[in-house]
Amino acid sequence: MSKPEIELDPKEMSRRDFVQQALLTGFVSLGSLGAAAALWRREHVVPGFEDKAGIQLPSFRPDVAKFLPDLSVAHSLNRSTAIRAAVDQLGGMERFIKHGDVVMIKPNIAFDRPPALCATTHPDALRTTAQLCFEAGAKEVFVADNPINSPASCFLKSGLEAVADELNLKLLYPEQRAFATIEMDGEILRHWPFFNRPFQQANKVIGLSPCKDHNLCHASMTMKNWYGLLGGRRNQFHQHIHSIISDFALMIEPTLVILDGMDVLVSNGPTGGRLSDVKPVNTVVAGTDMVAVDSYGFTNLLGRDVEKLEYLHKAHARGLGNMNWKDLKLKEVEA
Amino acid sequence: MSCSEGSGSCGCGGDKSKPDSAETPVDRYIKSGSAPVKPAPAQAHAIQRFGNWFKNQVIADMRITRVRVLSQTFFFLLFLFFVIVTDLRYLKGYPVSLFLEINPLVGFATAITTTTVYKGLILCTLLLIPTFVLGRFFCNWICPYGTLHQLTGWLFGRRDDQARIESNRFQKLQQLKYVFLIMMIVAACFGSLQIGLLDPICLFHRSMSTAVLPALNEIFPDTVYVKQYYHVGAWAIGLMLLFFVGMNVIIPRFFCRVVCPLGAFLGVASRFSLWRIERDPNKCIDCDACLKNCQGASDPHTQLRKSECFACMECIEDCPVDALSFKFMPNRDHEITAPPITGRRVAMASLFGAAGYAVTRSSGASDKNFSKKVIRPPGSMKEDQFLERCIKCDQCIRVCPTNVLQPTLMEAGLEGIWTPILNMKISYCELNCTLCGQVCPTGAIQRISIEEKTGIGEHTEQGPVKIGTAFYDRGRCLPWAMETPCVVCEEVCPTSPKAIFSREVTITKRDGNPITLRRPYVDPSRCIGCGICEHECPVKDHAAIRVTAIGETRSTERGLLMDGGDPTNIRDLVKKQR
Repeated sequence: MSKPEIELDPKEMSRRDFVQQALLTGFVSLGSLGAAAALWRREHVVPGFEDKAGIQLPSFRPDVAKFLPDLSVAHSLNRSTAIRAAVDQLGGMERFIKHGDVVMIKPNIAFDRPPALCATTHPDALRTTAQLCFEAGAKEVFVADNPINSPASCFLKSGLEAVADELNLKLLYPEQRAFATIEMDGEILRHWPFFNRPFQQANKVIGLSPCKDHNLCHASMTMKNWYGLLGGRRNQFHQHIHSIISDFALMIEPTLVILDGMDVLVSNGPTGGRLSDVKPVNTVVAGTDMVAVDSYGFTNLLGRDVEKLEYLHKAHARGLGNMNWKDLKLKEVEA
Repeated sequence: MSCSEGSGSCGCGGDKSKPDSAETPVDRYIKSGSAPVKPAPAQAHAIQRFGNWFKNQVIADMRITRVRVLSQTFFFLLFLFFVIVTDLRYLKGYPVSLFLEINPLVGFATAITTTTVYKGLILCTLLLIPTFVLGRFFCNWICPYGTLHQLTGWLFGRRDDQARIESNRFQKLQQLKYVFLIMMIVAACFGSLQIGLLDPICLFHRSMSTAVLPALNEIFPDTVYVKQYYHVGAWAIGLMLLFFVGMNVIIPRFFCRVVCPLGAFLGVASRFSLWRIERDPNKCIDCDACLKNCQGASDPHTQLRKSECFACMECIEDCPVDALSFKFMPNRDHEITAPPITGRRVAMASLFGAAGYAVTRSSGASDKNFSKKVIRPPGSMKEDQFLERCIKCDQCIRVCPTNVLQPTLMEAGLEGIWTPILNMKISYCELNCTLCGQVCPTGAIQRISIEEKTGIGEHTEQGPVKIGTAFYDRGRCLPWAMETPCVVCEEVCPTSPKAIFSREVTITKRDGNPITLRRPYVDPSRCIGCGICEHECPVKDHAAIRVTAIGETRSTERGLLMDGGDPTNIRDLVKKQR
């Protein structure tokens, strides 16, 4: 406890303090110089014109089958029976889904509507399709869509959330981080935010869409359904709607598409809103070529002239599908 | 520590568990006749330890203040639970506005403005009547906002005992809350409900809905919302919360003691209470230790200020000589019964309340000079009645599944600050949705059904509820002004038949080539003002179709069409077109 003798206050810094401080200053100076040098970029960019890159999807198409039809049509009074019959004619779900596959089902739940108004994929259609997948040995089934109306409302009120709970399907919300830029050489689409999360695991893709009238592009069927996989400023699509929809056929090559024409939204599309907008047609179309399916659907379900549906012609001309469904192997059945 | 204090009564000795542990699994197998289940030893040990801890620390040492902390924790978590589940994905019929409904100030003030007690507000008596008997216990036993302040004050506040004693003495500033209360009640007498500005439950709900949750989702994306929510002017509400939290460092429980109008109201109500903190002057050694943790700054060391006491019971715990107790029918001479505000101040506050009402209302923002932006949620009362009911709790904003509902700043006048309006740039009103009315505790937005909103079923005759009308700005519209196809607006229009229709025209473009495109129109008799057209319009910054408040069905003064159009003709027309 002996105190050192009291020294007079020295006027200058001690040598030890000086060395310490000088070293510290040196380190900090070098550090900041090093950091600045490491972060140094001498180039500028033109905002909005930077190089873009994005992901690409693999093809989900099934192997070519020699004797099985590519397009099948089933008529029935029961949705579930019709879907099963339509898929059976194509060779059964086993043709498309193998044991252990992870399947992504893309319904159309663009709007906050109850199932009866037919603006969204019917819950029974999802149930049957998912059951078929599980029966064929699917390990997991994802259901994903980026609706126009608020996602929570659409998933809930379309009744698909209940089906997902019932069958233990994985319902994916279009969350901020579920998107990645997709890259393609489309007529219009080049780079666009894409709902990528389900595709990180899924190796099979099934499009499951209702059949609807559309105010601008005349019909929303299996091709237009893929609109729901995109994010970003989709409201610009309408300026080139037919080119965009034909680009969807380039963007994704699904395993199977099912067009649910049990009840068809024939007017006030694509939102509908009244039961009088819905007409029972009691038909389900399934196929591997969505251009053919839509072509059949437009002619026979909506009963319109396929000459007018520009996006089919565009897709056909670009070799993305065959709109002449009469040339294809087709099976039709009353179930 | 309490184990030694408990002097054996705590029963934490390991001896009791010994007979059990002496029993081998084989013994147990013989006794029970079933296969020996090998317990995971570590887990069993942990459970046993927790059991002991619970017995010793919680049960045996159960003081009244610990019961209070449990109560506060419970209600705080319940409040947070309600805030979280006020979301379409989780909303399963929970009474998410319960805290607002048991709030006596909300019940009282809306009873003044509307002369009615709306639906669940009857529950406020559940809190009011016990306050008459027990005093202002709500503030320190239930109020989640009070718990927030107690917690943050405890975390960030002073540590030194003497400094805490000094900071917990009664201050004259505490009369300010009575000034606020009186101003608000007087304004309510004229029909302007302003309690929500400072009522702690409204304030806390509002802060959570518009500031805290969106801020959390900014930092941790995809946690609170599917898509990020935005709230106009949320910074003001967020800063207010931070200010009140921060003030706890300077004056502990600043909000509760100085600002809270609900506290003031309960303070007035507690003047009849039969129980209160009572000091025995014969035992008291004037050490002021009772002030160390005093929450209300109610001077338990001398004459108790009854209106300020939160019944937190801390003083009873802190008294070294047991001079304090929560006593039934104590001597009235030992208390200051009336709130700390003089008659002159009451008169001044009343005057301010009346004058405040008069100058804001005569600014005309809710009347002649109403803003086109004040598009109220579907089911809202007409504007003057809306201002009689809306407590700015912003529960509607929290529950809105599209994020279209926004707190106003000045659009609805000073009176309407933080009341809900629709902002179509941010989102749109979902057709098949009436959630805002379901959670509204005061009926500013009435609890209408989907059928009543959309005018279907037995409500076909009266038609849908309209909240505004859409108008085209043809100078900005792509097909009208820029030779470019579009009509997204028509696509998304949710009514049937659509209120937006288009006519096909073939025009010659600038380069001489013809182009066929559709040009959109609004049918005002069909338009309900949901604003999805404006929201989806590709001319994002200032849409080419915009909804304004005119044509709303809640008031005749703001109507547009004389007869609302004749829907049957239009229906036939649409059918013909198809």
